[in-house]
Amino acid sequence: MPNQSTSSNEIDIEFRDVTKRFEDVVAVDNMSLTVKRGAFFSFLGPSGCGKTTSLRLIAGFDQPTQGDIFIGGNSVVGIPSHKRPVNMVFQQYALFPHMDVSENIGYGLRQRNPQPPRQEIIRRVDETLEMVRLSGYGKRRVWELSGGQQQRVALARALINHPTCLLLDEPLAALDRKLRREMQIELQTLQREVGITFILVTHDQEEALSMSDRICIMREGQIVQSGSPRQLYDEPVNRYVADFVGKTNFFNGDVVDAGDKGIAVKSESGQVFVGMQPKAAPGLVNGSKACVAVRPEMIAISATDEANNSNNITIDGQVTNRIFLGEHTEYLVSTEGCGDVMVLSPKSVESMSRSFEPGDKVRISWGSNAALVIGDT
Amino acid sequence: MSKDNKANRWLTAALLTPTSLWFLVMLIFPLIVILVFSFGERAAVGGYAGGFTLEQYANLPSRLKAFQNTMLIAPAGTLLSLIVAYPLAYFLALRVDRKYKLILLVLVIVPFWTSLLVRTYAWIFILGGRGIPTLLEFIGIEGVRLINTPGAVLVGIVYGYLPLMVFPIFVSLEKLDKTLLEASSDLGGSPFKTFMQITLPLSKPGIATGCMLVFILLMGEFLIPAFLGGGKVFFIGNALVDLFLQSRNWPFGAAVSVTLVVIMLITVSFYMRMTLRNKTGRDESLM
Repeated sequence: MPNQSTSSNEIDIEFRDVTKRFEDVVAVDNMSLTVKRGAFFSFLGPSGCGKTTSLRLIAGFDQPTQGDIFIGGNSVVGIPSHKRPVNMVFQQYALFPHMDVSENIGYGLRQRNPQPPRQEIIRRVDETLEMVRLSGYGKRRVWELSGGQQQRVALARALINHPTCLLLDEPLAALDRKLRREMQIELQTLQREVGITFILVTHDQEEALSMSDRICIMREGQIVQSGSPRQLYDEPVNRYVADFVGKTNFFNGDVVDAGDKGIAVKSESGQVFVGMQPKAAPGLVNGSKACVAVRPEMIAISATDEANNSNNITIDGQVTNRIFLGEHTEYLVSTEGCGDVMVLSPKSVESMSRSFEPGDKVRISWGSNAALVIGDT
Repeated sequence: MSKDNKANRWLTAALLTPTSLWFLVMLIFPLIVILVFSFGERAAVGGYAGGFTLEQYANLPSRLKAFQNTMLIAPAGTLLSLIVAYPLAYFLALRVDRKYKLILLVLVIVPFWTSLLVRTYAWIFILGGRGIPTLLEFIGIEGVRLINTPGAVLVGIVYGYLPLMVFPIFVSLEKLDKTLLEASSDLGGSPFKTFMQITLPLSKPGIATGCMLVFILLMGEFLIPAFLGGGKVFFIGNALVDLFLQSRNWPFGAAVSVTLVVIMLITVSFYMRMTLRNKTGRDESLM
């Protein structure tokens, strides 16, 4: 894309020690972050973690109690929302019910001072309608449209203003699963086309992982970890992140050997796990409580009599449940001392080896480089 | 299926009977009587004497002043009530903390717990010679007369009818989706523009209902002009009292009544048309 500016390192949005208090509730707690121009950035977290408040602080619906917020290099603290160069796509779209689709989309242009000439507004509304694939829908009433179409009108209404940054508050939450997938792809494509910074708020980890190039995971008003989807998935700094991003098996224990090559953790049942520590995580010393995280797709499942493979951690157990997921099969293996372990077996492996039924004795195994040792929080 | 339908029909009929009877006996029948009377003649000793004549309708211009007053002051009173009520309803619906909303709404209704008669009587003293005019004399403004003027009647109207205007507007503002206001602001709409383009149009159904309630009741108002307008600012209602009870000219009173009903019907049909046009979209989408 020629007009894309991701190569530049310019910062579009910056939070500097921002705190937002609502009476006695701290919604955002001393948060600092930067979002690069042209990025697709996501705030991810459960409800009440402060992600929506962060978005509203950028939009200007709320003002920070402390700290400074910059949009395109300028401090916007105290500036009301109607004077900020950002636009928002609301969770329930918030389309104006007394206006048709064109009037909704042209609303932002009509608020400008001086107002662009009528012909200009009509032309740009038509262009934007085409961009969101709603040509010919201009004269429709907004409540006549389907959820997906309303979603596109909301997008068009925001994008027509060429905002510095587009804010999306759980924009896909109201759509059904299939449509949500479609819109995810569409949003990504659109973002690449227009080259505008997108900031997404979501509680859906899959949505965040698939669309964004940078994710900020929040808990209780603070950033727990931010990074690329890959970083968060492969190197979560703690249990919270590992649990939130993707599925994970956790084994609790005490650190018995914190070496450079790997960390050994001994569980209460005596099983010793060896794993790597993520670079960003705080150091662990002998004796400290730790948690070994193993992604279910990193675990191999085999018959107990099968020749041992190169994996150095092996546990025997019994299959208690099997869920066929199409491209994968998910096993739940009950083990002695290590609880229930989830194993995700890809279809390619399934067809080569035998598959297992509930009740079968199995052996699960993984290499120590597949396990992460992280703090138990 | 058909049995069910039959039972249903019976139930519907049974449920509607009391209301139908009530309307028939208390509304339709009297209206017919009035209509018949309006074409009759006044009996020598007053009351009604049969016959068919358009004389009573031809005589309508003799009560022109009452019609003029009603048709001027009723709309003016409605408009004034709207101007006073809208900011109040807006404040209650959008600005007040949830905690105080209920108590403030109750305060709006509290005056209704006292009879309108008593409250209007109180205004006679407030506006009368020893009320506000006396106070004004203290600060050097003399010769102000308030009671028995159209102004006094308007004050009484706004005071008496305010809740009827406040509540429908309050309801329509209350159910207004507040994120629409944020959306407007987000798209660059200043607070004033947001009000003009979003809040005001979406509260139109409430405004229409409030205006209709106040206007229709005002057309038949009798008490306020009688008390605060003295003999000078009289409405059709006052003329009717006079015709039926004082001069006992029933046929002419009936003709005046019929004319009033016709004017009201025209107004209501106008209102229905306006709100029906809104209904195609607004109500549904407001949810």
